[in-house]
Amino acid sequence: MIDIIENKCDFCGTCITVCPVDCIEVTESNITIDDATCIDCNLCVYICPIEVLKTTNEK
Amino acid sequence: MKNNYDVIVVGGGPSASMCAIEIAKSGYSVCILEKDRDIGMPVRCGEAIGYTGLNQFFKPKDSWIASTLNSVKLVAPNGKGVDVDFQTETGYILNRRVFDYDLSRIAVENGAEVFTKSYVTGVLKENDYIVGVKVNYMGEITNITSKLVIGADGIESRVGRWSGIKTLVKMKDMESCVQYSVANINVDINQMVMYVGSKYAPGGYLWIFPKGEGFANIGIGISGKFSKQKSAKKYLDEFVNSNYPGVSKLTTVCGGVPCPKPLKEPIGNGIMLIGDAAHQINPMTGGGIASGMKGGQIAGQVAVLAFEQSNFSKEFLKIYPSRMFKSFGKTHDRFYRIKESINQLDDNDLNYIADKVSLTPINKRSLSSIFKHAVYKKPSLIIDVLKVFAGV
Repeated sequence: MIDIIENKCDFCGTCITVCPVDCIEVTESNITIDDATCIDCNLCVYICPIEVLKTTNEK
Repeated sequence: MKNNYDVIVVGGGPSASMCAIEIAKSGYSVCILEKDRDIGMPVRCGEAIGYTGLNQFFKPKDSWIASTLNSVKLVAPNGKGVDVDFQTETGYILNRRVFDYDLSRIAVENGAEVFTKSYVTGVLKENDYIVGVKVNYMGEITNITSKLVIGADGIESRVGRWSGIKTLVKMKDMESCVQYSVANINVDINQMVMYVGSKYAPGGYLWIFPKGEGFANIGIGISGKFSKQKSAKKYLDEFVNSNYPGVSKLTTVCGGVPCPKPLKEPIGNGIMLIGDAAHQINPMTGGGIASGMKGGQIAGQVAVLAFEQSNFSKEFLKIYPSRMFKSFGKTHDRFYRIKESINQLDDNDLNYIADKVSLTPINKRSLSSIFKHAVYKKPSLIIDVLKVFAGV
């Protein structure tokens, strides 16, 4: 699972570009990750320029 | 907002406006759907563009230009800076919030319609063709139909994904970027500064682009190959704290710049992708304003042809990538190969190149002279460098 740190996201959409399963949705002021589709590859965590996304320990 | 247009353009950036201008001035109905509340904001861009890049389309208005550039300072990992004058081509740093908005005004003057706060949530399909979009406009969800949909929706390129076009970017080709627009900074307003090497920005560069007296964009892009170990923001903050501790940050934006080769087939039945959505960015510099505008313009012209022939098939729309590759796509392919070679240079190589170039008198220095020294370190660069600079 990927955690989103609330109020930190700039909604730039960079995470979407590298997501292999297209499970992230970013609007003008909201970001959601579909946990059911997410494969925990963590690429979004690594590409985020400002460390908004974190891997949660529980899987 | 009507429920049918000849063409729907998803996204409101410069390529979207260029595309809509071509379509509207030929008399076809076209709407631009922008998800944000305003065209031109937030600005996720370093805002640099070359003289020809801009002037091929429009004579720039004063309000578009924050600074005019006549040189670049390249700073090697050892901190040594090398000044290189732009001998044939000057450049600009734009005010994109003014520029993008003005382009959309030109599109509207030509007959296009613009809607902000219009969030597209899907495409409509019929018989293997894209025939419109589903949009949330001011909280109301409606379907709009069209003969053609243009995906100008930026790096996310969701319209492309929904339409079955492969737009995924590999980590190594994705630049993770942060930028501060700062005040109270002492910079040469006619010079851009670029820091290279793994210390400053692994697999990318750190930039200071002047925006008039006392103002600048300070930003960084690092390759996704390296961003796992340390984020772009950490690199930038370390740089700013140690080099410019006294500046005031007016804005902070982050974003990504896709730097692969341009998409070979940014098309499908009833659909074309333009700009960042089609990876129309110079993969070496990360600059994509002019090429995105050109891509949009070409796609707009091909859209008009499609209406004249009443043919919106992928097969027919192939004219668009074919013209795009002739215009700038082939050059971008070469820049991609040059980038790949340059990324193999280590900090010592970069220091060596900076030392060699600094021995050349300033009036003899040029970007090609830098590449000459780079070629010495990386002979495989030679063919692509020759082709880019000879323009073949």
